Formats: sequence, structure tokens, C-alpha cells
Amino acid sequence: MKSQQAANRPDNTAFTQQRLPAWQPMLSAHFVIPGFLLIGMAFIGIGVALYITSQNIQVLEKDYTGTGQYTACSECADMQTIPCICNVTFSLTTLFTGPVFLYYGLSNYYQNYRKYQVSRDDVQLWGDVTKSPGDACAPYQYIDNKPIAPCGSIANSMFNDTFSLYQIINGTMKLVPLDGKGIAWWTDYNIKFRNPSAQGSLQDAFNGTMKPVNWSKPAYELNPSDMNDNGFLNQDFLVWMRTAALPDFQKLYRRITSGDYALGLPPGDYVLQIEYNYAVKDFGRKKVVFSNVTWMGGKNEFLGVAYIVVGSLCLVMSVVMLVVYAKYKFADENA
Amino acid sequence: MTHSIDRLSCCFRRRENTGDSETTPLLRAPPQDPEIPLPAALHHVFPNNGPLSPSHKKVMDRYAGNKIRTTKYTFLSFLPKNLFQQLYRLANIYFVFLVAINWFPQMEVFHREITMLPLVIVTVASSLKDALEDFRRYKFDRIVNYRAASVYDWKQQDFVLKCWKDVRVGDFVKVVCNEVIPADILLLNTSDPNGVCHMETANLDGETNLKQRQVVRGFAASNCSFQPEHFGGTVVCEKPNKNLTHFKGYLAMPEKKKIGFGRESLLLRGCTMRNTDSAAGIVVYAGHETKAMLNNKGPRYKRSKLERKMNTDVLFCVGILFIMCLIGALGQYFWLGTFPSTPPFVPPDSSNVYIPPSLSGFYMFFTMIILLQVLIPISLYVSIELIKVGQIFFITNDVDLYDEETDSRVQCRALNITEDLGQIQYVFSDKTGTLTENKMVFRRCSIMGTEYCHKENALRLAALDEAESDEEDPAFPQKKVPSRLQFLKGKSAAALRRCNSARARIGVRGQAEVTLSPHSDVAFSSPLETDVAPDWRLQRITGDEAGQMEAWGRVSRIGGGACYMDFFLALAVCNTVVVSTAMHPRQRVTGPLNSSTLKSLGHIQTLLKRLGSLSHVIASLHSIPEKSGPTSPASPASPAGPPASVPAGDEVDRGGVTDSGSLNTSLEDSEADLPSSDDVPTETSANPNSDGLCYEAESPDEAALVHAARAYGYTLLGRTPDHVTVRLPQGSLLTFEVLGTLAFNSVRKRMSVVVRHPMTNEVIIYTKGADSAIMERLAKSAENQPEENKRKRIAAKTQRHLHLYAKDGLRTLCIAKKVMSLQAYTDWLAVRQEAESAIDNREELLMETASHLETNLTLLGATGIEDRLQEDVPATIASLRKAGIQVWVLTGDKQETAVNIAYSCRLLDQSDVVFTLSTASLDECNSFLDCTLEEVKRYGVQPPWQSSPRGLRGPTFGLVLEGHTLGLLFEAGLQLRLLELSRHCRSVLCCRVTPLQKSAVVKLVRDKLKVMTLSIGDGANDVSMIQAADVGVGISGQEGMQAVMASDFAISHFKHLKKLLLVHGHWCYSRLAGTVIYFFYKNVAYVNLLFWYQFFCGFSGTAMIDYWLLIFFNLLFTSVPPIVFGILDRDISAGTLLSLPELYKSGQNSEGYRHTTFWVALLDAFYQSLVCFFVPYLAYQGSDIDVYSFGTPMNTASLFTILLHLAIEIRTWTVVHWVVMVGSVLLYFIIALSYSALCINCNHPSNPYWIMENQMADPVFYLVCILTTVLALLPRYTFRVLQGTLALSPLVRARQLDMLSPQVRDSLIREWRNQESTSEAVPDQVLSSPTKPGSPTEPTVDRGLTLHKDGNEDTGNPFSPGHRRSISTMTI
Repeated sequence: MKSQQAANRPDNTAFTQQRLPAWQPMLSAHFVIPGFLLIGMAFIGIGVALYITSQNIQVLEKDYTGTGQYTACSECADMQTIPCICNVTFSLTTLFTGPVFLYYGLSNYYQNYRKYQVSRDDVQLWGDVTKSPGDACAPYQYIDNKPIAPCGSIANSMFNDTFSLYQIINGTMKLVPLDGKGIAWWTDYNIKFRNPSAQGSLQDAFNGTMKPVNWSKPAYELNPSDMNDNGFLNQDFLVWMRTAALPDFQKLYRRITSGDYALGLPPGDYVLQIEYNYAVKDFGRKKVVFSNVTWMGGKNEFLGVAYIVVGSLCLVMSVVMLVVYAKYKFADENA
Repeated sequence: MTHSIDRLSCCFRRRENTGDSETTPLLRAPPQDPEIPLPAALHHVFPNNGPLSPSHKKVMDRYAGNKIRTTKYTFLSFLPKNLFQQLYRLANIYFVFLVAINWFPQMEVFHREITMLPLVIVTVASSLKDALEDFRRYKFDRIVNYRAASVYDWKQQDFVLKCWKDVRVGDFVKVVCNEVIPADILLLNTSDPNGVCHMETANLDGETNLKQRQVVRGFAASNCSFQPEHFGGTVVCEKPNKNLTHFKGYLAMPEKKKIGFGRESLLLRGCTMRNTDSAAGIVVYAGHETKAMLNNKGPRYKRSKLERKMNTDVLFCVGILFIMCLIGALGQYFWLGTFPSTPPFVPPDSSNVYIPPSLSGFYMFFTMIILLQVLIPISLYVSIELIKVGQIFFITNDVDLYDEETDSRVQCRALNITEDLGQIQYVFSDKTGTLTENKMVFRRCSIMGTEYCHKENALRLAALDEAESDEEDPAFPQKKVPSRLQFLKGKSAAALRRCNSARARIGVRGQAEVTLSPHSDVAFSSPLETDVAPDWRLQRITGDEAGQMEAWGRVSRIGGGACYMDFFLALAVCNTVVVSTAMHPRQRVTGPLNSSTLKSLGHIQTLLKRLGSLSHVIASLHSIPEKSGPTSPASPASPAGPPASVPAGDEVDRGGVTDSGSLNTSLEDSEADLPSSDDVPTETSANPNSDGLCYEAESPDEAALVHAARAYGYTLLGRTPDHVTVRLPQGSLLTFEVLGTLAFNSVRKRMSVVVRHPMTNEVIIYTKGADSAIMERLAKSAENQPEENKRKRIAAKTQRHLHLYAKDGLRTLCIAKKVMSLQAYTDWLAVRQEAESAIDNREELLMETASHLETNLTLLGATGIEDRLQEDVPATIASLRKAGIQVWVLTGDKQETAVNIAYSCRLLDQSDVVFTLSTASLDECNSFLDCTLEEVKRYGVQPPWQSSPRGLRGPTFGLVLEGHTLGLLFEAGLQLRLLELSRHCRSVLCCRVTPLQKSAVVKLVRDKLKVMTLSIGDGANDVSMIQAADVGVGISGQEGMQAVMASDFAISHFKHLKKLLLVHGHWCYSRLAGTVIYFFYKNVAYVNLLFWYQFFCGFSGTAMIDYWLLIFFNLLFTSVPPIVFGILDRDISAGTLLSLPELYKSGQNSEGYRHTTFWVALLDAFYQSLVCFFVPYLAYQGSDIDVYSFGTPMNTASLFTILLHLAIEIRTWTVVHWVVMVGSVLLYFIIALSYSALCINCNHPSNPYWIMENQMADPVFYLVCILTTVLALLPRYTFRVLQGTLALSPLVRARQLDMLSPQVRDSLIREWRNQESTSEAVPDQVLSSPTKPGSPTEPTVDRGLTLHKDGNEDTGNPFSPGHRRSISTMTI
């Protein structure tokens, strides 16, 4: 109870008197040496593991821009004939362990350019084509006052080269089945994107809309082979719409998971037949990439190396600290 | 005498003729014609006791009503006005600018709504705060406006109750006891027969003593019974102004007479009526024109040094932002230029037109501003405000800075300069009341040249010192503690509210509360001051002398033993002490009555009083028994006896006066008419204290003298403006008629009281004052030679004693008297009255007339009053000095006193070489400066605050300056030379300086040396100094509250300064510096992530982090930890800081926050942002990662980096730190996860749906985050570790000490101390021989220009024990 006499007396508690029990780490050499050692060891361990994992990943890249030192598809590079078909051949000496992922890669392609990246209408892609597309889609918003579906620059510039892979066995071309299912994010396919709903076919649902300017086919005819892979739920479209973070990027095209190739691509000669539609030679390059993936994704040596370097740095630091500590101790005792 | 008065009158007439016709002395002035347009320079008040003429009404309508409105806004004007005011702030303009440019689609980055968010949040928050504050003010105004006042209504011909707001200028208002005065009222009538009333101004200035106010003198005489309806005059006074101590004007009466009045007749709004039943007057100023309201300034706003520096760094940030935006703009331009044709990912604008690269680059500039806006740390300002609130909370809650005695904490009145406390380089201190207690203790006296040293008293004081804690005085068993507490609570509450308003106090102290304790507090009444043990020698003499009382008439002549009597009478009479008896004597006097009846009786009376305040009728009834109440014990017109209804209550109130055990011996023929008819149970007491008299003095010196007189039996019993009653040792009462009082002021340095002796009918003038003011006014010639010689001898002896007293650090006063004839006095009085009624030059005239009276004095003696040093002052000064703070003392006291106090508080050391500069000649000043500078430089002493190389210190110097010399130096423009000299001196002491000089000195040092200054003082004379310094500290002591009102911090003792500066100052500074640096770092580190990304997105202004997460990052995830850091972090424990004051120097040198610190932090931020960007970049390079998945690990790693960076900086981890740190991280993950789980289509274009979840399912995400964080923090961590290991800075060493166990720490601290002191002690040995007195290089010193050399003068043997202080004065 507070006495009347000291009504104004501050509370004498640890908090108000700033005497809370506290941990006061003193950052000095002997305090941090174990930490440095520990971190250094752990990092080097992780780094080595990462590096080995990365080394185990097989990657095969084929540039097919058709200009410069690469000659593949040079006949199509000038875009005289559309569609232009070209072939890229390669041979494997060892098994390319599966599952093999087929990517297409674009370089110097700025999907992250702000005005490009915002040029879409998420509500439309959610299945609402009746509503007028958002202003962000401009100038790919309307054609003849009919809304474009899907609207916007991203959709308009969709990558439309197609690939098919053949293994040459005894002179005959054996089609390698490419699996186009599930290459987009599950959430994109199931939640974020929806086809417009309507009585009847998908075409009816897109009634009253226009296809994007650059598209040769309307959205509901993107994949004639699979009726469920059309409209806004076309997997290639979904992959394209997830805009890449950096100007040099890859996008998953197909996986090789089935049939004779479930365990990977056996050694031999292969032909990649490309329907060359997409013009990039003015600003960048394009390529196809075969890769197998591990838990840490595609091939990337950086992480492993970086871990090893930083880990070694920590070890060096701990040695430096030891030296400093010894000197300091020595000086201290002298004093 | 007559001659001189004639001359004086001549002066007046001359002035009249030359003077302005408006201000002519009033006796002969032409009557004021009301029809003539009234001059605008004066304030005319026409009484509101009848219908006003239209012209008068026009005048009166111009004056403010009594309704107050302190709110800034009205209901309607709030929105526009508040918005406008908010937009006035620079930060908000920045926000508006951002919102505006975001409105252009070409530059838009975020959604328009998102950009508006910070602006909206800040605006709404401040609007709410403003609205709440304003509403509180509004409610308060309402309470005040609707308070009741009894106002005269001419239609009803009576006083009626009205609201305060309806009171108008010209109204007649009646105020009863304990009521708050509603407006500034010219006092015309009181219930007191002497026409006085008392008011308590605590609401206004915090002074606890009662102020006596007086009915307009001439008016009281002419109108015996006051009837508002018959009042026909006009009040003419000055325009409303805020000067509380100044007011003058005159009453223009219908009979063409003018009656002058001054501030002694003005009742101030907000003050409380005390000890007077009722008073009535005419309202002269109302509402906002009252002096109280004009003085009611808003809160003070200062910018701290750290904030000033911070603002320049904010400008640097603006520069960096500009450069980054420029890079963005140029980048966009050149990037677009690299493509031969437009690539598919550069869409045309909405009208399908491709923007040319240059225009696109131009737009990009603004886009980048929006994107990188966080670089300007607007959040920093908000955070700093919060941090300071927290810091102030802890400062005010410090138990060590709490004073039990007054139940007061430290008050922080300026909210935004806490960190300045950690950077103080110069402290300017007042002496009286700051270094000393301002509890005046009578120590010695010299009467007629004989010294009485009062050994017993000294012994008593020594004993009191030991038993300091036990201050319970048996004579005052029950002090009115509760009421005092009430009072103080109100006081500090109001002060905390930072408005020094009178009205704030009114609210806290309800009227009912106050009535219970009608008399709240008596100043200067601790037992230390009230008890004086008489000197036995002197007591015997006075006893003998008192025996000759019968022969009074014969001993009135000077020279006889009656001098002693005169001396003590002068002590008792010559003052303005008000005697009050209302509180203590109840139990003591009415012994036979038991306390419960007493209580109930007291209760009845308070009830009556309360009723009285409500109803005029009851008040008038009840005023009958009150009439002879406490304030007029000796009134000649007191009624015969109280009515039977409340006899006991009356007894109670009068007991204090009537307890005199010698009623029967009282001289019946004296004018003293005590209510002897009461058969009060009397009590004879040996102890003079037990008579329950309370003395309320305006200055503690006066109280000390009155108490001293009482110790010798000369008890001041009562004082009214016209009479003073003194009880003589043998019990007889002597009532002097007071003819006049010449008040004390700092220019005259003396006061006089003119009385008529009841027995001899002689007019006697008692004067007391400073020796310089009295000695030159002593009678020069006497009738005969022996008398003359005797006088001279006495004067010389007294002078010697005075010198002795001053050397002992006592405050000296001379007491003198003069006898004059009634005729001479009447002549003088006529002139005086003229002067009093003058409007122009009134002050000068009054001064002139006063000095005419105070001539030809006869010296009676002198007194020495000790002003005791406050507790721990020497230790505090020593600590401050060790902390590298220069302490200057600026005092109004005389040189000897000041120098001695300086020695006793160790400001000057025995071994110091002290230069004293006290001369009236400029040449001497010049040569002094030349010589001393030369000498000082010869020792090559570095300015003391710079750490000199160990062991190479020369002698330390002290400088003593006289006020008039200082003025001379300033006039001659020699300030800089003086400053140069003072920089070489360890301590500087300025004595006899005026308040203005004090502030001039502070300003000089502050501006010319560019240092942080702190002024500390307790009195009104320190206000200007307190305001001039960077930090003003007020001591809430004995001398009222003006200093506190003007200060930024208020403490109760000087010793608290030590902890306030060394601990709280250090903490606040290091905390805030750390936080500010961290904020800069944080914003740069984070925003740069976005900047680096621009190089990979074609300089297009893309953010790879979701906008909401971007905003929350600053707003939620990383905002609380730095604020907690700023409030709670503790680098070094309080104990270590106090025992090693040297640690304070880090703050002085701004080590926590320099430009280098800033740039290093920015470099670190750049490095960390590079790591945070490029590690994920390289890890995800060439992969199929999308924009926002790419941003997520960056954002996360950045969060870890930024928080762990702070963790490295945090030096003390308490529970709060842990909670906040872990909480911030958790909050991030919770919000990010739930946001990306719930937001399917929202927030175009980032659509963060499932991104966070996706990333957190990927082990690479964690690998990247860990690697990034470790790599980013490695350099800083290593740096801190090395710093901690090498322990180069004392701060780190001190931190290491803190880690040790208390015993080890103490011994190490002692060791550290010893090291310091040995390095200080070295100079004694290496000291090259100081100049020999009289050597050719010696400065030419003239009279009054002395060079004191203490200790070191014995140059032959530097090891000689030079601790005996000796002073050698050289005269050439």
C-alpha cells in the first residue's frame, strides 16, 4: 500500500527502475570463437552436400535462335515462312536420368518489365470474361470494342514455339512422349485461374471476346488434343503467365515421365523438332534445356560454392579471433 | 531634508511640464472629459453599474469577455484547419507529393490507394490526437467558463451569481475566501478593515506564500462604505500585457480626482483568495486579456542537437534518393536504346503509342521516387517521438531522482530534448538555492561593532546535520501534510501536462478540497530555519536592556544599550513578513477541549465558508464572527466579542495570537488592541515556537531574520499594512504604526520600513540591505566629535565583520536606522504620493524618492546568514567535472561569499591558481586579459575538456569575474578574449551578475564555442539564463516556480543533476543515437533491394516484393524492435556510469552519432543490401522462378538481417527484447503466410497467392536465407567482436566491467580511478616553476585587479604541502 506521504513516489519495480534481469552478451573473441567454428563447419558441410547434388544434375542446353555461332534453326530465324519447322539433333552417350524436364529458355527477355508485368487482368483470368478487362491491359484491352480474352501484354506475347522429341532408333524416329500435365503450379491451375463458365462448350463461354492480337488461335483452341487443356487453364499459358523474375529465364515445357522413357533418356541420337514461331533475335536468344532435377531444383553450383566459401571464411575468422584473443590476453596480463 | 524634498518636488514639476498631457501627475491634471475620444494607448474601464452611454459601450465592447477558449478548433473548423496544419509539415508534403505523382499512370508504381496509405495513417493519427487534445481543452474550458462568480447586477441592485464566462470588463465582482478569482480585478473593497486581502498565486507561479493585496489606497479613504451603484469613477490603466509584476493606472473619479494604483491592488485571475472573507472590485481585464491567460504559453518546442544533425543526414538521404532516381531514369533511357526494335515486353501506352526513351526516362525518375520513397525515413520522426515518450517515462520514474521531502519527481517539461542531457559540455549554475539549500540560517551578528558568533547555534546546526533524516520537530507535531500533498499533486500533474497554465491547476484543486485546509502551506518554516539558539552573551545584554523597558523614552537615543533593542526591532519590523496563525495552534492552545469537538467545530466553520462562497447572503452573515479572524489580530477596530453561536471556533482561530502568556502585563495604553476580552484558556510556554506563529516571507532571508529576532524575545506578532505588533522580551506588546514601506528591489538592494514609535511618536526608518547599499548612506557627520569617531569606529568594525562573514560564505545584511521628525516625513510623503500616482516614470520617481529618505542612516549592526550547501554538491560538481563538463557559477552574491561557496563546493580547488577580475576600468581589463592569457598559455594547458596527454597537466586555473566588469567587457567587445581565457580555466565564477548578464554569458559560450550548455537555477532571476541555454533545468525549491516554469527539466536537488546527466543523459543519448543510425541503415538496406532489382528489370520500377509486405515491413515487422531498443537498451549500468563519470565524454564528443557513423552505417546498409539481393539472385539465376517467388527469400533474408543487425547492437537483452524480436519474426511469417493463403486475386499484379507457402516448402529458400543472413552480418559482427575484444574505447571497457561480479568490479573501478588520479597528480611534479610574484614578466596588476595564487606560490619547493590556502595579492 502506498502511503499518503509518498503519493508521487515512483514505483520501485525492476521495470521502472530499468533493472530488469538482462542478458548482456559481450561480443568478444573468446565468446564468438565457438560460434564461428560451429557455423564454419556446418556451412562447409552443407556446401559440400549442395555441390555434390548440383554436380549430379545433368543438363543439356540447345540454343536454337538461329543467329550467330549457333546454326540450329538458322533457316527459320528470318521468319520468312510461318510456321517454320526446324530440327535440333543431339546424341546422348549415357543415360539421361529421369524424370527429364524439358524447358524452353529465353534470354534478355524482360518479363519483369513493370508495364508488361502489370498488363493482365486477374479477375478475367479467374473466369470473368463478361466484365470489361482492366485498364492495366491497355492497349491490349479491346478490339473493335470487344474485350480481348485473355487481355494484356503478357498473354499477347505468349511463347508459342512447340517442340516434339524423337529418338532415332535404327534410322526411324521414335516419338518420345512429352507430358504436359502438371507443369504449372497446382494452385494456378486449380484456384487462381478459371475458365469462364457457360452452358455448352468452352467456345460458347468465350463468346463475345476476341483473341489476343498476336495469337493465331483463340484461347479455347490452344490445345486441340486435350479439351481440358484449353482456355485460361492451358498449362503453357499458365506457365507463361507466371512472369519470370529475371531477364534470362527458363520455363518448363514438358516432362518426360512415361513409357520407355520413364527412367530417363537412354543413350542414342535424338531429334528435337521445333515449330519456330516466336521471334526473339532482335533482342535475345532462345534455347531448349533438358535437365533432371533434385530436391534443390535445377543445376546451380553457386549455392554449394557459396556455402563452402562462407564456411571457410568463418573458420578463418575463428582463427583470427583466436590470434586476437591470445594477443589481447597477453597484453592484458602484461598490463 | 526639507531642502532636498523641495528640490524633489521641483523635479516633478519640471517633468510634468515636459511630459505628455495624458500622464500628468494627477493632482493638477485637467479633468478627463468622457466625450473626448479616448487615447488608444490606455485601457479605459467604465463601471458596469448602470446603463452605459453609447460611446462607453463602444469602448467596452472592444474588450474581451471572460469566456475563454483555449481550443484550437471549433467543431466546424476542425477538419479544414487541422488538415491544413498537417499539410504544413514537411513530412506530409513529401507524402502528398508522392501521392500526386503516383496519380499519373505513367509513373504509377503502387496502387494509388497504397501510396496514400502512409499519408492517411499519419494524418488520421495526428488528427485524432489533435481532436482528443482539443476536446480535453474544450471540456476544461467549459468547466472554467461555467464556474460561478458573484457579479453585481445594477438592475437588481445586488450581487448575483453568474457564470465566469458572463463576467465582463467593468463588472463589479465579489470574491469570497478560498474562491478562485475569475478575472483580473482592481481591488476596491475588502472585508478587512485595513483594506487588504491575501491571495495565493500558486496557480500562477507556484509560489506558496500569500501575497497581500490592497484596496486602491486613495479610494478606500474617500469611500468608507463600498457601494457599486455609487461608484462613479473610470478606471484607466495600461493595455493588457503579460507582465505579472507590473501594473499601474489611476481611477478617474467624478469629482475630478485621480487616484493612482499599482499592482498591489490587482487581483489576478486564477489566484485564490485567502485569509480574507470577501473582497470586491471592478474587472479590468477579462478572459484572454487577463495576465494569467496572456502568460499561458503553449508547450515549449526545442530541437535537440542530435535531431539537428539527423536532419542534415536526412538531406543526405534526399541526395542519395535523387542520385538513385537519376540512375533509374538514365538507365531506362539507355536500356530502351539497346533494342533495335521494340521488344514484345515493352508494351505501348494505352493509346498504342510507344513512348520515346527520353520521356520514358523522365517518367521513370518519378516512378523511382515513389518506389524508393522509404529512403527518406519519415517513420523515423514518428518513432523518435515514441522513443522519447518512453525515455521520459523512465526518467520521471526514477526513484533516485525522487524527493521525499516535497514528494516530487523529476519533471520533464520539454519532451524532445532528452538526449541533449547526454551531450552537455557546459553547466551554468546559479548559487543560491541551487548549490545551496536556500534555507537561510541565522548564524552570526554584529551589533554596534561587537561580534556575537552564536556558537550554540552552530552546534545545533551541526547536530541537525547529523540527524538530517529526523526532521520531526516537537514544536510542530502536525504539519499540514495532506493539504500540502494535495497541492503538490496538482502542481506536478499540471506541470506534466506541460502547460504552465493557471487554469490547469484550478481544475486539479477543487474548491471544496481547498476549503478543508484553508491555509495550505507556509514557506520557509523548517526547524532548521525557525530555531535559533541565542548567543548567551547577547541574550544577557538584551535581557538587561529589556529590564530598562520602563525607561523607554530615555533610551531612545543612539549610543545607549537600546541599540540592541533597536537592532532586534529592526529585524522584526523591517520586512514584509506576513504573520499567520490559522493552522497550528488548534490543539496546543485549546488544550481543555478534546480534539473531536474541535474537529466538528472546524467542520462547521468550513461548511459555513463553503456556503459563503456560494451565497453572498450567508457569507455576509458569517463574516461577522470571522471579522476579527486570523489576518487582523491587531486591528484597532476589532469588534468586542464574537457572537455566541460559534465561540469555540473563534477561539480556535484566534488562539495563536491570544496565547500570549503576558496579557496582564501588556501595555494598556499601547495601540495594540488584542482581543483580550476573550477568556481564552491561555498557556504560557517557554518555547517561543509554541505560540504557533507562522511567518510567511517573500524571501528566506527575511524569515531567518524574523526568527532570529524571536529567539531573542522580539516576536513579530502581526502585520497589517498600517501596523506592526512586536512582543518584547518581557512580554509587553508594542504596536508600531507603519507609515510606509519601501520595498526591496535588486537595484536598490535595500528595503526600509517607516514606522511611528508608539511611545516616543518619533518617525523611525529601519533599513536593511547589502553593505554596499547601506554603508554609503550612513550619516557622515555627527553633532560632536566623539560621537563621530565612535560611529566611524563602529562602521569600520562592522565592515570588518562583514568581510569575515562573507569569507565564511555567509550572506550579509546591514541594519540601520534613522530617526526623523514628523514634519520632515510629511514633506517627503507629499512628494512620495505624487510619485505614486504618476503613470509615466513612476518607477524612477519612486526610486528617487526612496533614496531621498534613506540617507543619513545610523548603523545598528550586521547579520550573517548562512545559506547551507545542498547535500552532495561538492561530489556532484566533482563528478560533473570528471565527466568533462565545465561548471560555471553565476551568482548575484558578492564576490567573497561566492568565492567561499565555490571553495566549499570544490568548484575552486585549494591548489588552483585563481584570477580575479574586478575592475571598473577598461584598460585594466585589457591588460589583465593580456597578462593572464600570456601566463596561462605559458603552461600550455589544453582546454580542460580535451583529454590532455597523461601526466602533462599544468596547474589548473580558476577565474572569478565581477558583474560590472563583465558588463564592461561585453560593452567593449572583449567577449572573445574573455572566452579564450575561460577556456583555459577549469572553473569560472561570476559574481554580482544580473539575470540579463547571466543569459548573456550563457549565450556567449553557447554561440561562440558551439557547445552544448545547460543552465540550472531555482529563482526568477535564473529564468533568462535557463531559457538561453540548450537545456534549462529548474530546481523546484524555495523560491517559487518561475524557474521550473521556464525550464525543460525540473529537479528538486542539485545532486540529482548527476544522475540526470551521467546516467539518463548518457542512456538517452546512446539509445537515441543508436536508433537513429539504425533507422537510416534499415531504410537504406531495405530499399536498396528494390534498387538493385532495377538493373534486372530494365529500370522499369518493378518491385519484386508484394506491396503490402513492403509496407508492413517498415510498419510492423521492423518497427517495434528499434523503438524498444531506443527506450530500453542499456549499454552500461547506472552504477558504473555514476562511478566512472569519464564515460560521459563519449556523449559530449557525439561518439554515438557522427557523420562518420552515419556513412559507415550507410555503407554497411549498401553492403548488406547487395548481399541480400545478389545471393538470391545468383542462387536463382537462370531458373524458372517468378518475380514474387524471387522476392520472397530476399524479403525474408532482409528481415532476418535487419533484425539480427539490431540484435548485434542491442547490449542488454531483457524479456521485452526477446518478446519483441521473436514476435516480429513470427508476425512476419504469420502475416505473410496468411496473406498469401487468403489473397487469390487481390493486389494486382503481385497476386501473392500461395507464393509464401510454395517457397517455404522449398529447402533452397531456407538455404538462401541462412546464407544471406550470415554473409550480410559477418562484417559488422566481426567488427563488433574486435571492438569488444580490443576494448579500445572506455565504453567497451566499462561494459566489460559491468559483466564482472560486483566485488571485482568495484576493485577494478577503484583501480581505474587511481590511474586517473595519478595521471592528474603528476603535474605537481612536472610543474615548471610558476611565475614568481613580482617578476618582470608579471602582469601589471592594479588595485582591484588581483591575481590570487593558491598553493603553488611556493615555487621553490614544488612538493611543499601547498594545501593550505593562502592568498597573495599583488599590487603594483
